[in-house]
Amino acid sequence: MSAVFKREFRAYFTTPIGYIVLAAFYFFLGWYFSMLYSGGSPQIEMAVMAMSIVTIFILPILTMRMMSDDRRQKVDQVLITAPIKLTSIALGKFFAAFAVFAMGFIPTVIFEIIVASKISVNVLAYIYALFGMLLLGGALISIGMFISCLSESPVVSAILTLVVNILVLYMSNFASMVNISWISKIIEKAAFINATDNFGQSVLNISDIIYFLSIIAAFLFLSVRSLEKRRWS
Amino acid sequence: MISVTGLSKRYGTHLAVNDVDFYVEKGEVIGFLGPNGAGKSTIMNILTGYLSMTRGKVEIDGYDITEYPEQAKQRIGYLPEIPPLYIDMKVREYLNFIYDLKKVKFPKKAHIDEVIKLVKIENVQNRLIKNLSKGYRQRVGFAQALVGNPDVLILDEPTVGLDPKQIIEIRNLIARLGKNHTIILSSHILSEIQAVCKRVIIINRGKIIADDTAENLSNKLSNERSLLARIVCDEESMLEALKTVEGVKSVSSLGSAEKGAFDFVIEPLDGKDIRAAVFERVVSRGKTLLSLTDNTLSLEQVFLRLTEADDDELKIILGNNEETTATEETTVQEEAEQ
Repeated sequence: MSAVFKREFRAYFTTPIGYIVLAAFYFFLGWYFSMLYSGGSPQIEMAVMAMSIVTIFILPILTMRMMSDDRRQKVDQVLITAPIKLTSIALGKFFAAFAVFAMGFIPTVIFEIIVASKISVNVLAYIYALFGMLLLGGALISIGMFISCLSESPVVSAILTLVVNILVLYMSNFASMVNISWISKIIEKAAFINATDNFGQSVLNISDIIYFLSIIAAFLFLSVRSLEKRRWS
Repeated sequence: MISVTGLSKRYGTHLAVNDVDFYVEKGEVIGFLGPNGAGKSTIMNILTGYLSMTRGKVEIDGYDITEYPEQAKQRIGYLPEIPPLYIDMKVREYLNFIYDLKKVKFPKKAHIDEVIKLVKIENVQNRLIKNLSKGYRQRVGFAQALVGNPDVLILDEPTVGLDPKQIIEIRNLIARLGKNHTIILSSHILSEIQAVCKRVIIINRGKIIADDTAENLSNKLSNERSLLARIVCDEESMLEALKTVEGVKSVSSLGSAEKGAFDFVIEPLDGKDIRAAVFERVVSRGKTLLSLTDNTLSLEQVFLRLTEADDDELKIILGNNEETTATEETTVQEEAEQ
């Protein structure tokens, strides 16, 4: 797993992808921070939570090549014929993308320190918000990775992932549009983006954490199955 | 070392590999020969665990590839048809990655140095794979297979797309590695298999149609005793003249391949050496003998005959020497026409 992780992580920075994603995060974080700071209520957790929209639109770039590129360049042959498990391949790739995503929040640590040096802050609120965002990112990366398994073209997987992410974002809106109450309830429950709101309001539910972790695990599992299935078709 | 029994692979309705059995001893170098789409690459992909089989069993050094994939894969170095390279990595960086991926136990730097030296890529080791020529990429792919010094090497068309000098280098490398590795290689370049492999497995339409030493295959299929003569003469009269030479069983003309000269296939009676007699006869008629050679089939011709023959013909070809004469002449003729 560590070999795949190291390679993938480095690859994000030998191609422009890592820089594009981080630049987008840093730009929007800086912007929010400057607004909050000049507005006089610098709650960094608000900046962190605001990144959910950026995450939804930027993550497809991060995940589009996770699996599709290997297949297109036939490098998957070296991975699959190596004496490691498919799960290790998927986990290595997942954590590499996750690490890049997590790096996107490094400035918020600096912001928090700057603010804390001037006024008293609720550090716990910031940590909860950060935790919630990381879980959301993990879930979206996991979904993106699975979609990337389905196609040989990074562009196709990026577009598909973006569509899915936007659906995730507006899912609760769809729920209110559906008249049949039990369907609407299911959609409401499946709209996991709502679960991040609790983190933003400093509410830490074990159920929310488990919810996100199970989404991550489910799509990791599907990715591995999809790699495995290719061997049998 | 490698044991394959009852191996089949089905893609939808297409049966790509059909009930293939073979066994490779430790230290053997064998060649897979077959036209495009014969199933060579599919068999190799199954042996290395990249694809699964529909039916059958593959064992590498006693480890079943489906039951103990990690142990089996540990023993294999695989160079697929298209070298599996991360083009945005540097050569050395890539080999280090492969080293980590394969969980190799040798000292890292020394081992990678050794592999790099073996395939002669010292001068490009710090360049991006993206910027390398086809020949160098192929060698990096080769190096990748050698990392970890696996006992079994499976090489899918290792010299395709290389220039003649590189082909010779790679071929020499395979010959050297063959001394202490078990190697399966596939190729379209038949001379390569002839040069490197002792044993040849010919595959067509997913089936093994021949499994023998290159020499035996060639002998089985060609009538060793027949001669090929090129004579400056008049076709009809020379045909008559040659037929009456003592010890000649039959003569047939292949037509004219060179201006003014005709080619003849002369088949002697069993065990007779008729070369001198043929020479005398030609000279006595006042004609010029331009060449007189053994009419043995090259592996290439053997290959063409086997892959073009249908099942019944195959039985005849591989089972009995004598009955092949008729078909052989037509094949030779066809080739001469080409």
